[in-house]
Amino acid sequence: MADTTTREALIDPLFNNNPIALQVLGICSALAVTTQMKPALVMCAAVVAVTAFSNLSVSLIRNRIPSSIRIIVQLTIIASLVIITDQVLKAFVYDISKQLSVFVGLIITNCIVMGRAEAFAMQNPPALSFIDGVGNGLGYSVVLLAVAFFRELLGSGSLFGYTIMETVNNGGWYVPNGLMLLAPAAFFLIGCFIWAVRSWKPEQIEEEYSVGALLELSNEGNLR
Amino acid sequence: MQHSTGYIVGFAIAVCLVCALLVSGSAVTLKPLQEANIVLDRQKKVLTVAGLIEEGQSLSTQEVARIFDENVRPKVIELDSGELVPGIDPAGFDQQAAMSDPDRSEPAPRNAAKVQRVPEHGLVFEIVEDGRLEAMIFPIEGKGLWSTLYGYIALAPDANTVVGITFYDHGETPGLGGEVDNPRWKALWPGRKVFDDRGNPVLRVKKGSAGPPSEDPHQVDGLSGATLTSRGVTALVQFWLGENGYGPYVERHRSRAEI
Repeated sequence: MADTTTREALIDPLFNNNPIALQVLGICSALAVTTQMKPALVMCAAVVAVTAFSNLSVSLIRNRIPSSIRIIVQLTIIASLVIITDQVLKAFVYDISKQLSVFVGLIITNCIVMGRAEAFAMQNPPALSFIDGVGNGLGYSVVLLAVAFFRELLGSGSLFGYTIMETVNNGGWYVPNGLMLLAPAAFFLIGCFIWAVRSWKPEQIEEEYSVGALLELSNEGNLR
Repeated sequence: MQHSTGYIVGFAIAVCLVCALLVSGSAVTLKPLQEANIVLDRQKKVLTVAGLIEEGQSLSTQEVARIFDENVRPKVIELDSGELVPGIDPAGFDQQAAMSDPDRSEPAPRNAAKVQRVPEHGLVFEIVEDGRLEAMIFPIEGKGLWSTLYGYIALAPDANTVVGITFYDHGETPGLGGEVDNPRWKALWPGRKVFDDRGNPVLRVKKGSAGPPSEDPHQVDGLSGATLTSRGVTALVQFWLGENGYGPYVERHRSRAEI
C-alpha cells in the first residue's frame, strides 16, 4: 500500500478496483439518483468532493487519531463535509438539490467514503490520500453516469433533458421503457456493468469451488 | 499506540469543535443565497402556472423578480371567511409551515384528498396586467398514489374557468402517475370549468378521454395507467376549491364581481 503511486491512486479505482463493480459498495444511491443524467452528474461531483476531502482531512490527522475512537472521528468528519456539500448545493444549484433531496445527506452512509478513509487515508500521506479520494469518487461516477445514460435515454428518450428520441406521449415515435425509470433497472444495468468489466479483466472474478474440487474434497473425507 | 483517556476526550472535543465551526459557518454564510433560491423558486412556479413564463425558460433572478413584482399581487386571506388579512406579509408567509402548526391550523374534515390539516390563512396570487385582474392562483396539495402532490391552479377572473395547473413536487411513478408533469396533459386543463350551477366544485379527472372544454367543461382526460393518481388530482382540486379550502374566497370574489 505504502508505495502506491499518484497515478495508480487515481486510475486504479476507475476499472481495476472500481468501488461499485469490484468492491460492490455504494449501490443504494446508484439506484436512486440515476433516472436522469443531470442529478447523477451533480451527485458524482458531490461524492468526489466528499471522498477527496474526507481522505485529505483524515490523512492529515492520521498520526494523532486515537485508534479507539478513529471510526467515530472519521464519521464526524465525513458527516460535516456532507452537510457542507448539501448547503453549497442548496445555495448554488437549488433545482437539482431538490431532486437529489435526501440522497446528498445519504452520502454519509456511502460505504466508499468511509471505506477509503479507513483503508487508505489512515496509512497514507495527505496528497496521495486526496488523489485516492478523487479516484474512487470518479470510479463511482463512471458507473453512476453509465447507468444514468441508459436509464434516461431508454426511459425518457432524452439526455441531460434534451430530447434524443421523441416519445409517444409528446407526439413522437419512441415508446419509452418504463422499467428503466424504476429502481430495478439500475440493478440490471449495474449487473451488466460488472459482467462487462469482469469479462474484460477476468482476474476480478472471485474464486469459487468448481464441482470437481468439491468432489475431491469429499473423496478426501473433508466434506460430509 | 496507547493514548491517555484525557488525550482521547480532548481530541474528540477538538474534532467536534472544528467540525461544528465549519458546518455552522457554511450554514450561516450560505443562508441568504438559499432563501433567495426558495423565493425565486416559488415566484417561478407562480409565473409558470399563470402562463407569464414558460417552463424551463432560463431567466435571471432579477428578471423573474421584475416580472413577478410587475404582474403578481400576493395576498394572505382567511380561508373560513375568504377575507383579506392585511396584517401578514405574503412574502414571508409559509403556508406549508402554517399547515403543520397546531396554533395556525385545524384538523381537516375527512376528505378524499387526504389533507390532514387546513391552515387558518392561505395564499392567493392575483395576476394583474395593466391594472386588470387576469387570473387568481391558488396553492393545492393532496395525496396521489404514493406521495403528496404539490401544485398551483390558476382560475380566470370569473373564478370558474381554469387558466392552468401545475404540480411542482410529487413522487408518483415516472411514466404513469408522474405524467401529471407532462405539458401535453396540463394543456388539457385551460378552459375547463371548476364549478357547477350551484357553486359546487365538480371538475374531475375522468377515466378515459374527455371532450373539448366547450362540450365537456367539467372533465379532464385521465392519465392512462394511473387511476389512483387521477383520483387524487380530482380530490385535491375539489378539496382546495371547495368549502374547506378557498371556496369562501371564490364566492366572495364572485359576489363582488356581480355588484
